[in-house]
Amino acid sequence: MSRRARILALHGGLLAVLFAAQFVLPAYHHGNLARIMVLASYALGYNLLFGYTGLLSLGHALFFAAGMYGMALSMQHLEAAPAPALLAGLAAGIAVSALLGLLALRTAGVAFMIVTLMFAQAGHLTILYFGEWTRGDEGFVIAATRRVLWGIDLADPVSRYFAAWGLFAVCLLSTLWLVRRPFGKVLIAIRENEERVRMLGYDPFLHKLGALVVSGTMSAAAGAVYGLLFGYAGATFASVQYSIFPLLWVLLGGAGTVLGPFVGTLFMFYLIDLASGVTTAYMLIAGVVLVALTLFAPQGLMGEVRRRLWGWLP
Amino acid sequence: MEIGPYIMLASLEGAVTAAVLALTACGLSLVFGVMRVVNIAHGEFFMLGAVIAWWVAQGIAGHPALGFAAALVVAPVVVGAVAVAADVTILRHLDYDPERTIVATIGLLYIIQQLTLMTYGPEARPVQAPFSTRIALPWLEHGPEGWQVIWPWGLGTTTYKLAVIGAAVAVLLGVWALMARTRIGLLMRATQMDREMALAFAIPVERVYALVFGLGAGLAALAAVLIVPIQQAHYLMGGDPLLLSFVVVIIGGLGSLPGTVLAAVLIGLSDGIISVFFSPTLAKILATLLVGLVLVFRPQGLFGVRAP
Repeated sequence: MSRRARILALHGGLLAVLFAAQFVLPAYHHGNLARIMVLASYALGYNLLFGYTGLLSLGHALFFAAGMYGMALSMQHLEAAPAPALLAGLAAGIAVSALLGLLALRTAGVAFMIVTLMFAQAGHLTILYFGEWTRGDEGFVIAATRRVLWGIDLADPVSRYFAAWGLFAVCLLSTLWLVRRPFGKVLIAIRENEERVRMLGYDPFLHKLGALVVSGTMSAAAGAVYGLLFGYAGATFASVQYSIFPLLWVLLGGAGTVLGPFVGTLFMFYLIDLASGVTTAYMLIAGVVLVALTLFAPQGLMGEVRRRLWGWLP
Repeated sequence: MEIGPYIMLASLEGAVTAAVLALTACGLSLVFGVMRVVNIAHGEFFMLGAVIAWWVAQGIAGHPALGFAAALVVAPVVVGAVAVAADVTILRHLDYDPERTIVATIGLLYIIQQLTLMTYGPEARPVQAPFSTRIALPWLEHGPEGWQVIWPWGLGTTTYKLAVIGAAVAVLLGVWALMARTRIGLLMRATQMDREMALAFAIPVERVYALVFGLGAGLAALAAVLIVPIQQAHYLMGGDPLLLSFVVVIIGGLGSLPGTVLAAVLIGLSDGIISVFFSPTLAKILATLLVGLVLVFRPQGLFGVRAP
């Protein structure tokens, strides 16, 4: 098989398996997998910036929350229908990521990490500050009767699974497409050596900004869909923890691989799910995995697979 | 109460915040300055100091001052030892790479926090102050009979709060003397300036790093022991000191100790006064935005000088 055919077979195969899985899975795992696919879309967005462009952001919850609140607030206070509300979420994601990019990309390395962390923290606090509209930490529920998109009832488990699968497929395929385009190749080159890219005549700032906006928009799309499918928006989704999660998922699955974010989200979700059955201190698992990964496996699971088995993995 | 005494009260409370903040931020700044490591787990070392102070104070019977004095020694030493262990087992193996150490210290944050939750539990617990006499403060007022001294209700402080300020000043002077006047301070400064050159001069850089990481964590723990009779020990108490330390260290200029202390006084005092007029959440929003914007537009800090 040619390289191209292998790549298509592997990623198409994963999507087909996920599509088929809903007919055999028990209800509990069925619901979990829908959630995992939405969160994996968030991780895919994060991976584009961290894994492919080499920019480590500690503030992606800002984009996730921008999408979620852009959608939820316009439904709650402007009486918007789901479709325009989703578009409002996407628009909020684009605007916030472009603004953050224009500011934060003036810095690099450790300063970039702290700047993104601080702006995301400011975003989280702003949501708490305007508690009158956002209901702060408590959050608000979007009634099931209003979550009907083009006649499809998104509160129903089957259609919810389909919607999550659709979002995941779009994010996965567009990442795959993007990283094999010249634009994606320049991003990888920036990760490896920014000065050399500049010397070759590319504008690193514009490429990084593009990567940040695409990544932020993907994260916002995941946030908006998450809110719509599960009918809830709360300030927790804007907290530091939700900035750390995609980092954890991507590191575990393998930064800079297209499949890594899904694999990492799947493993981490079930790990935390198991741990929270045993103790309330389930975030201990997240801490231990983070330290262990940075120490022993900075490549992550799919990174190891690429290194040992399939060198052609995108 | 009128506005004048109100501001005086706010700045007295602010001075206590500033004193504790200066100690915590100094630890963070020291670690960043010498090791170039951004320690996200710094707030958890603070929390650990407070929790250990509670354990020690519980374990020692007799006058509360005895338990407090023991905590003042035990907590920083234990937390320093934990930090040294973390440095030797984790950070050293990452070769102090800035980005990977940040990820590792985030992991460390969750490990320390969640282990505390499992052992100490989710309750907030107080430690009794060794001494706490109330001092009422006078205020001048212009009345019908000219200037007169009044004693407004609620305007006052405690001896313990004044002692916290004094202790913080003493410790900061000690840190300064350690850095400027001793041989180990010289080794630290040499390592800070040029790691490679320090290695070439046979300075045991790895041991200096372990010492600095332990010292930084110890300072945070000491600050926590000082504040725990005023606040309470809780497993989530590390978040605010971490955020404020970041604000202070970045505004004061990364890795500059005098800038850090100056910024701590400024932020501590203004935090007290701003919280009187605005909501604490709004004050925090402004502080975080300030840090982000300072890093973007003035990375050397407000008081720093741009490197040539």
